[in-house]
Amino acid sequence: MSASTTIPPTTGTAGGSTTRRRRRGPRTWLAALPLLVFTGLCFGVPLGAIAFGAVTRTDPVSGATEATGEHLARSLQGPYLGSLIGSVQLSGLTALVAGVLGVLIAQAVVTSPSRALRGATLTASGVLANFGGVPLAFAFIATVGISGVVTQLADLTGLGWNLYSFTGLTVVYLYFLTPLMVLVTVPALDGLRPQWREAAQNNGASGWQFWRHVGLPVLAPSLLGGFVLLFGTAFAAHATAAALVGGSVPLVTLKIADALSGNVLTGQENVALALGLDMIVIAGLVMAVYLPLQRRSARWLR
Amino acid sequence: MLSSTARRGTAAVLLSAAVLTVLSACGAAPDKTAAGADGKNKTQPGAATSVADFGGLEGLVAAAEKEGELNVIALPADWANYGEIQKAFAAKYPKVKIKAENPDASSADEIAAVKSRKGQTRAPDVLDLGIAFARSGAAENLFAPYKVTAWDQIPAAQKDADARWYNDYGGYVSIGCDAARIPNCPQSFADLAKPEYKGKVALNGNPTKSGSAFGGVYAAALANKGSFADIQPGIDFFGRLKKSGNFIPVESTPATVEKGETPISIDWDYLNAGYAEQFKGKGVDWKVAIPTDGVYAQYYSQAINKDAPHPAASRLWMEFLYSTEGQNLWLKGFARPVLLPAMTQAGTVDKEAVTKLPQVQGTPAFPASTELDKAKATLAEKWDKALS
Repeated sequence: MSASTTIPPTTGTAGGSTTRRRRRGPRTWLAALPLLVFTGLCFGVPLGAIAFGAVTRTDPVSGATEATGEHLARSLQGPYLGSLIGSVQLSGLTALVAGVLGVLIAQAVVTSPSRALRGATLTASGVLANFGGVPLAFAFIATVGISGVVTQLADLTGLGWNLYSFTGLTVVYLYFLTPLMVLVTVPALDGLRPQWREAAQNNGASGWQFWRHVGLPVLAPSLLGGFVLLFGTAFAAHATAAALVGGSVPLVTLKIADALSGNVLTGQENVALALGLDMIVIAGLVMAVYLPLQRRSARWLR
Repeated sequence: MLSSTARRGTAAVLLSAAVLTVLSACGAAPDKTAAGADGKNKTQPGAATSVADFGGLEGLVAAAEKEGELNVIALPADWANYGEIQKAFAAKYPKVKIKAENPDASSADEIAAVKSRKGQTRAPDVLDLGIAFARSGAAENLFAPYKVTAWDQIPAAQKDADARWYNDYGGYVSIGCDAARIPNCPQSFADLAKPEYKGKVALNGNPTKSGSAFGGVYAAALANKGSFADIQPGIDFFGRLKKSGNFIPVESTPATVEKGETPISIDWDYLNAGYAEQFKGKGVDWKVAIPTDGVYAQYYSQAINKDAPHPAASRLWMEFLYSTEGQNLWLKGFARPVLLPAMTQAGTVDKEAVTKLPQVQGTPAFPASTELDKAKATLAEKWDKALS
């Protein structure tokens, strides 16, 4: 449930390149078997259960199970659809803003001559990227909530600030998403060889031209990968949002929690499973854009 | 090639065997030896429908002590005095150990625990449920019928005819207010719309999830020309509060109340009255008012898991809750026990505790099952849109 337990993917500098060159024998499959079994059990079985529950209905009294598209249809209507859209909007916006901020910070750290600054920034990022959930929400409530310390001192409410809104939630998400972006971009920026810049300069390219024609094209897939990671993290976050905004910002994770464990609505479990399936589909779509591009950049960042 | 395939196959078989062993171990049924009370009773504890089946309360106590344990779930210590109730039970029956799990669980979690742990020793024995879950659980045949000694005194509208569930304690939707921060405490829903309460009004959670928040919206509907069948005016009311900036979507908890984050909180009167007691002398002057324009009361229900691993202990717990002692303990926690009218008549009620209850005008009415279902469907459909 924590907002930021995702492990950053290996961006570009992955060690997968060496195995790819080697001839594929039957034994490489054997080595992957534990992973495959693990994936099958820990991802495949729950996925199957979610998909099964999303398209069937079990009569509580007789116990008979029948196939139905009702739950999926309901998950794509009314407030449920609204929550899916709300989640995509929030994740997209926060991933974009955190992505830009994260790249700027990472570039500053990479080009800085100070080793201490680099170390401090990376350590802080590592800590903050994992600071999520209820503790983070509480920290924000105590600082900039309605009776928070800073709110009282600087009269933020008079300035129109409201922590318990879409904007407030965006700011809170940026707090852990930006450090995450720094963590995943620094290795990619390190992979930009100084020789490339020198070569460009020798050929009379300006700084802008270097970034336009060399730097950004090489980095683009890594940056996009970072964006995808941030999107996924924000998309799956639940505890922070639940503690902060409850039902007033429609988010799909909150809707799933409402449907699964509430005191009010009965018999909503299958709709929750259908919403889970919708989330998986959205995540799959995002990954489908990311993976081919990631492969392209791997050629350069070895 | 062949050898590697064969090895893979062996590994897969071994692995799946291991998994199966683990799974079946988890699902192993407990040793169901029926606890007889000195051989006097003829009924198995799991089939007992009244204390007479145990040959009286002593027989029930003996059977429960033989089981030695009671699994409870979703009983928060700071909710309706459940902390003291559990302590009192443990003091009275020291040989029956209470194993409490997940105090903050919801009714849906409780039902899920009953279903998923069917036949296991760690399944919950007794359940404290919202009325909708009591009804749906009974329809799914999850509860054991059992008539506590005080069964006849429970009003007919507050119990299942087959004794699979019955209401236990409840209260009114109330407006709690920190008089240390708010100069004029609101007394009605109409008051809440005043500009002076901007950024101050909270509910106990999201009404599509939290029973007390749902009660708050229902009461607001009654205050705004709605009815049990028509909750829409309540949703519109909170929509207006949100637009005017009065409503804040923070879930009010003891922590937010103490911090002043939710200076006005719509919640059950027993919770609000409990906060008043809890935060006396901590800079919080918590006042409780039952809104004059929207009176809504709701009770929670008790039920026994049909496959309770400790059938006798669960029945003993029920007898304790519906005893004068148990009912007065709820009353002490500012909740109104279901036997309050009967106990007032019999003179067994804790009179001091009654005087501490927030004052209510008129008698409570309860929505019919169909009206409740309709209101919930409307709420689930319209709440998000009104609030965003």
